[in-house]
Amino acid sequence: MSASTGSGPELRRTIDAVWRIESPRLIAGLTRMVRDVGFAEDLAQDALVVALEKWPQSGVPDNPGAWLMATAKHRAIDLFRRGETLQEKQELIAHRLEQDLADSASADPTTEAAAAAQVGDDLLGLIFMCCHPVLAIEARVALTLRLLGGLTTDEIARAFLTPRATVQQRIVRAKRTLSAARVPFEVPAGDELAERLPAVLGVIYLVFNEGYSATAGSDWTRPELCEDALRLGRILAELMPRDAEVHGLTALMELQASRLRARRGPDGAPVLLLDQDRSRWDLLLIGRGLKALDRAEALSPGGLGPYTLQAAIAACHARARAPELTDWERIVALYDGLAALTGSPVVELNRAVAVAMAFGPAAGLELVDALVDARELSGYHLLPSVRADLLERLGRREEAYTELTRAAGMTDNEQERVLLLERAAGLARDAPAPPPPSR
Amino acid sequence: MRFMVMVKATQDSEQGALPREEMLSAMGSYNEELAKAGVMLAGEGLQPSSKGARVQFSGASRTVVDGPFAETKELVAGFWIFQTKSLEECIEWVKRCPNPMPGPSEIEIRQVFEAEDFGEQFTPELQERAEQIYEQVNKNAGQ
Repeated sequence: MSASTGSGPELRRTIDAVWRIESPRLIAGLTRMVRDVGFAEDLAQDALVVALEKWPQSGVPDNPGAWLMATAKHRAIDLFRRGETLQEKQELIAHRLEQDLADSASADPTTEAAAAAQVGDDLLGLIFMCCHPVLAIEARVALTLRLLGGLTTDEIARAFLTPRATVQQRIVRAKRTLSAARVPFEVPAGDELAERLPAVLGVIYLVFNEGYSATAGSDWTRPELCEDALRLGRILAELMPRDAEVHGLTALMELQASRLRARRGPDGAPVLLLDQDRSRWDLLLIGRGLKALDRAEALSPGGLGPYTLQAAIAACHARARAPELTDWERIVALYDGLAALTGSPVVELNRAVAVAMAFGPAAGLELVDALVDARELSGYHLLPSVRADLLERLGRREEAYTELTRAAGMTDNEQERVLLLERAAGLARDAPAPPPPSR
Repeated sequence: MRFMVMVKATQDSEQGALPREEMLSAMGSYNEELAKAGVMLAGEGLQPSSKGARVQFSGASRTVVDGPFAETKELVAGFWIFQTKSLEECIEWVKRCPNPMPGPSEIEIRQVFEAEDFGEQFTPELQERAEQIYEQVNKNAGQ
């Protein structure tokens, strides 16, 4: 048996774990005090370096978070006294830290709840800062994963198949942009909150989707990214318990993630929803997803938001123990609501699929054909792929073949391309047989 | 990765002693912290083994043994399911748990198998077989 606070690589792993747990709150708290997220992260990193030096001798302290925070503050005061920060920052730090030290000196036991609330507010402030509209979407994603997800630059680079230097630069530039734009560290309220929240939810869902169906590369899914996004969603749902769409997004991710392990065949190839072995769906996540959906619906008396609607659709699949038990008519109705809300042709395409399931392939194909000229869908491989599927079910095999090869030429995901080409080859192989009667 | 975090039973818990108020409140704050960090997926406390049973297997025979069971230290009094990035992170969270029992106690951490862990054992043939069985079950259910 070995103690987890041993030495060498073992201790390094323990410190990594402590860092993963503590760094978001540490950086959030420091950002509130020094009002600059880049400087705050530097201070936190400096504290980590000190920990790496000291903990091998002293052991990991009982409250490592408080230890790291105190060390970072000392470091800030030190830099301030030596005049090694910009003038403006010196004044800010001096002011904040003096206030903070005075507060902690006069701390009484009842402040524990207040301190916990402060940590929550700090984390929310950091989330809104990382997802600020002044940043490009890639920068929001990188910064959020780094500062709130506790991922290293290497991990982000691997997850998005992007060179390390590119990610590094994205993060550095993002922090500079936030400083230059003087983005305040605060949780927006009222109308501004309603305006800014979709950007936050959008970043989290983008991370999830990159894990759920990787847009590029040889892996069809990257479950670790889904876990990172889910964790951020669960944190946000705890921090903003009264916001329906936060629960809606979390429900959507829980329900979709419940299918992750059924979504990949043993050879790594994608398995589509209706072909999945439903006994491999994750019941724990389905239960969590349905509960989060209930909460979102209870908080939306004025109608469901886009994430909650999508979660409700995912729930229709989750509740069906076999594909033929799916309530397609309800799914069509939910897509009606979603299409009215978003006006997105991608949603229209999904609605067409649901219509085909509920009312037959001809009804679906009619809707899909109406979308062929939509500019937003040019280059979207799922359009020809869905069309192929409906044509095949209508017995129009040659047209289906053409659409499948077209779709294969449009996707960047290798596994998906293979699947599409295999389906096309299957159609060509079966071609000499008499066409099946159309239903 | 997922871990099952098991609180081991003690004589107190096996006698059905209910946790004291301070313990409930400390455990409540801990659970809140876990939820706020997005770490806890599930968790429950278990009744003493006197209210449980065991089913013993030997070939075709099944023998039911009613609780309580003697080897207190090996029994489980409660569990959580955590999702963390590593075993080390899970250990760090468990170290922050208030002592769940009035006296000395132990928490055991076990990693949950993920689909990938079966890797080569779950061959395409096995997968197909699983699907056939599943189809059959569905067919039966539909009748």
